[in-house]
Amino acid sequence: MNHIMQPALNVATVRGASYADVRVINQRSRALTTKNGKVGSASGSESFGMNVRVIVDGAWGFAASEDLSRQGVEATAARAVEISRASASVKRKDVQLAPEKAVTGEWTTPHKIDPFSISVEQNIELLLKIDSEMRAVPGVTLAEANLNFNREEQWFASSEGSDIHQTKYSSGAGYTAYAFAGNEIQKRSYPNSYGGQWQNKGYELIEELRLVQNARRIAEEAVALHHADQCPEGTFDIILDSSQLGLQIHESIGHPIELDRVLGMEANFAGTSFLTLDKLRTLRYGSDIVNVVADARQEHGPGLGTFGFDDEGVPAQCTPIIRNGLFTGYLSSRETAPMIGESRSGGTLRAEGWNRLPIIRMTNVSLLPGEKPLTLEQLIASTDHGILMQTNRSWSIDDKRFNFQFGCEIGWEIKGGKRVRALKNPSYSGITTEFWNALDAICSRDEWTLWGTPNCGKGQPQQVIGTGHGAAPSRFKNIKVGSAYKGS
Amino acid sequence: MQTKEQAGDIFDRVRKLSSADETEVLFSGGKFALTRFANNTIHQNVEDQNHVLSVRTVFDGRTARASTNRFDEENLRRVVVASEALAKVQLPDPDLLPMPDSREANGNAGMSNRATASRHFAETAAVTPQLRAEAVRQIVDLAEKHKLTAAGIYSSSESVEGNFNSRGLARWHTQTLAEVSISILGNDSSGWQKANSPNVANLNPVRMAEIAARKAIDSAHPAEISPGKYTVILEPSAALDIVGFMFWDYSGMAILDQRSFLTGRIGSKLFGDNITIWDDVTHPLQTGCPFDGEGMTRKCVPLVKNGIVKRVVYARATAARMKRSEYKDKVGPIEATGHGFPLPNEIGEMPVNIVFATPENPQTVGEMIASTERGILVTRLWYIREVDPYEKIVTGMTRDGTFLVENGRVRGGVRNFRFNESLIQMLSNVEAMSVAARACGEESLDMVVPAMKVRDFNFTEVTKF
Repeated sequence: MNHIMQPALNVATVRGASYADVRVINQRSRALTTKNGKVGSASGSESFGMNVRVIVDGAWGFAASEDLSRQGVEATAARAVEISRASASVKRKDVQLAPEKAVTGEWTTPHKIDPFSISVEQNIELLLKIDSEMRAVPGVTLAEANLNFNREEQWFASSEGSDIHQTKYSSGAGYTAYAFAGNEIQKRSYPNSYGGQWQNKGYELIEELRLVQNARRIAEEAVALHHADQCPEGTFDIILDSSQLGLQIHESIGHPIELDRVLGMEANFAGTSFLTLDKLRTLRYGSDIVNVVADARQEHGPGLGTFGFDDEGVPAQCTPIIRNGLFTGYLSSRETAPMIGESRSGGTLRAEGWNRLPIIRMTNVSLLPGEKPLTLEQLIASTDHGILMQTNRSWSIDDKRFNFQFGCEIGWEIKGGKRVRALKNPSYSGITTEFWNALDAICSRDEWTLWGTPNCGKGQPQQVIGTGHGAAPSRFKNIKVGSAYKGS
Repeated sequence: MQTKEQAGDIFDRVRKLSSADETEVLFSGGKFALTRFANNTIHQNVEDQNHVLSVRTVFDGRTARASTNRFDEENLRRVVVASEALAKVQLPDPDLLPMPDSREANGNAGMSNRATASRHFAETAAVTPQLRAEAVRQIVDLAEKHKLTAAGIYSSSESVEGNFNSRGLARWHTQTLAEVSISILGNDSSGWQKANSPNVANLNPVRMAEIAARKAIDSAHPAEISPGKYTVILEPSAALDIVGFMFWDYSGMAILDQRSFLTGRIGSKLFGDNITIWDDVTHPLQTGCPFDGEGMTRKCVPLVKNGIVKRVVYARATAARMKRSEYKDKVGPIEATGHGFPLPNEIGEMPVNIVFATPENPQTVGEMIASTERGILVTRLWYIREVDPYEKIVTGMTRDGTFLVENGRVRGGVRNFRFNESLIQMLSNVEAMSVAARACGEESLDMVVPAMKVRDFNFTEVTKF
């Protein structure tokens, strides 16, 4: 892709850019859904384009285009420079980038089976088998299933000499059974709600998920919820399954540690953060057993935040976020790291595609598993009175990431160490730091799953991107339960 | 920018490459630019140009779609092959209808629609980075004058949408849009304003910044008051963002799927007498494309009249299914209304150009405040999500200008609340409304919607700021 990248870099620097980078990206995707025995949607897409990001007169400019001709590429680079000069007319100080060594690199998502090598017929056959299993359960009124595959090939070059080629694969699958009866719609999803489980893997992920084997149980649970008792309102010890805890991490740790939010750069839309700079290495974010990392490295696992290099050419890293309950680190970029005195970017800048500006995004923000062996069943057995909540149904948090409320698809009351009854419409709420300080038990590595959140929105224009969150079932003490239905 | 003639030529090339029984090509794209500021500085400034071509092919009742953004001969061939390969391995869909011809798509016999006025303004298309930067400089100057901090966006775009099919349909729409969103932040408070229009001349960024700054100043040092049921005055953007969560359910497919809160309730009086809602793409304050994903003209559809849910919208195939269904006598008029999404899809349709009726005796927000003994004035709602799909309970937060109203006056800022509110209850408790205005938010589609004064709005928690 040098025939695209070099002319762009040349035009940008000749016209006055003190820094420039170019990304050329080719994206391919396949999306299939079924609904009640029929294919709901079937689509494939390809998108190919490039962008130029520059600093001119100490200010940023960015231009992107589908036009990959020599003339188009040079015009796009010139446009980025022109935009920078407009930015420079309203600035307080010049942009400074943390130093980063130029790198020549190659990275590809480890995968066993290229998902695009699997036939669409085989995909549809799987989805319809799942659909059939769900609809075999009387009372199921709507069955939906999905398969998604993505491949993104990216070439990156910068005026500092970096030259990187990456190819990323991701796969996702899931399904939901709905049951409408009386005045209620209940649902159960597997392996997770809102699209299921997603990882940076090939088709082997789909084979690992045991999708068909769980479909009937999930459908039966959806129907059974109509006979379950309403989740009580009050203060309870709660156990969150790992998928719900993954989303809890995403919303109440992942977003507030984004340094662009902390520095006010997202104030108009996504919001700011309660994690002001004075809290770094002073705030007790959680209890002593809370250890959280932001880890983009391959050794962390195949999360949606795993890569070789971020979108400004910084190698993947692991940043300790919370150590034994103490808040220790933010997610940063080359621009933001120096603003807090850090010498190097944490490597978290990513963009949705070729036509979007990279911004700080979560990588794999994960709660490390408990060190002592502890299964979910042992955790339940050690709980005198509490509620186990599984699979997210709703989520909401304020614009500083303090006050949150989550609803789950199903709850189970625990008494004397045993599940005694199913509960419908469970919800819980709290204040972020109070909640994480109430964590008193985390299951161990065998129960830990690296979940994918494929739909994280941020930025203006809004960009949707995937993030990873490792979690094991955990118990929180004295949590407010049931507010979602209070007063209704 | 792509023209209709260029698109027509591309469609002819695609059609020659296709061996399908039927072929449809959707065109979309254009140029989008956005200047973003925070901390009184332009910190991001972007522009992109992209056009996408999406080919749907049909073989003996089987259909699928493939898309690309490259229009050379090799890539046109690739996208047609990809669409055909996907379509051929589908199961036949007994509900799939032949593509509409021009007569069916444009016909809508018996409807009294206005023609959609042009939504393309040369002045908007000509907005430059320099012009946006100058507006931002004025916003920042105003913020600095008050010792406050500005953050926000100023965007401008020019876009096309087209739908061509092998039965002779050729539809084309061009539009411009300019949008300004401004947050003004103080030490412990903030204010916000957002507006957009196809015509940039309708936007007044400095006036918006003045209002946002006043809100930040007036809500400084927020008091914490207990959650509970309050009378609330929702400014239009706040009203839009919360009520927008129910319109996915005004869909024939949602009724057939039994995922709509209107299942079993069409014809019932769900809301107050003062609630009348319709969907109307031709409304002068609305924006958007006058045809749907199959190229069908969007009809004006009355959804709610004096609190009674009258009907829902339909794509062509959904209307045909509904007429055969057990619900056919319980859902009001059934006809294709031009609200379908591009096929194939699993969600059918939804109304996207919502217009609330202005009440007979509209009140200004100031009049609503003056008549309120104790209540909360809300500028903006945030992170709204559905808690209960049938009772239509939604949760979310207030943000960027939340005020206590006492004895007819704004007393000052209060810490932000979490709400858990049923939209059915809320729209039954509307005591007053303003003249409906074009509004935009973050969580729902732009709407023509009034400010609303609502009694017994359910705040369940208060946050730390």
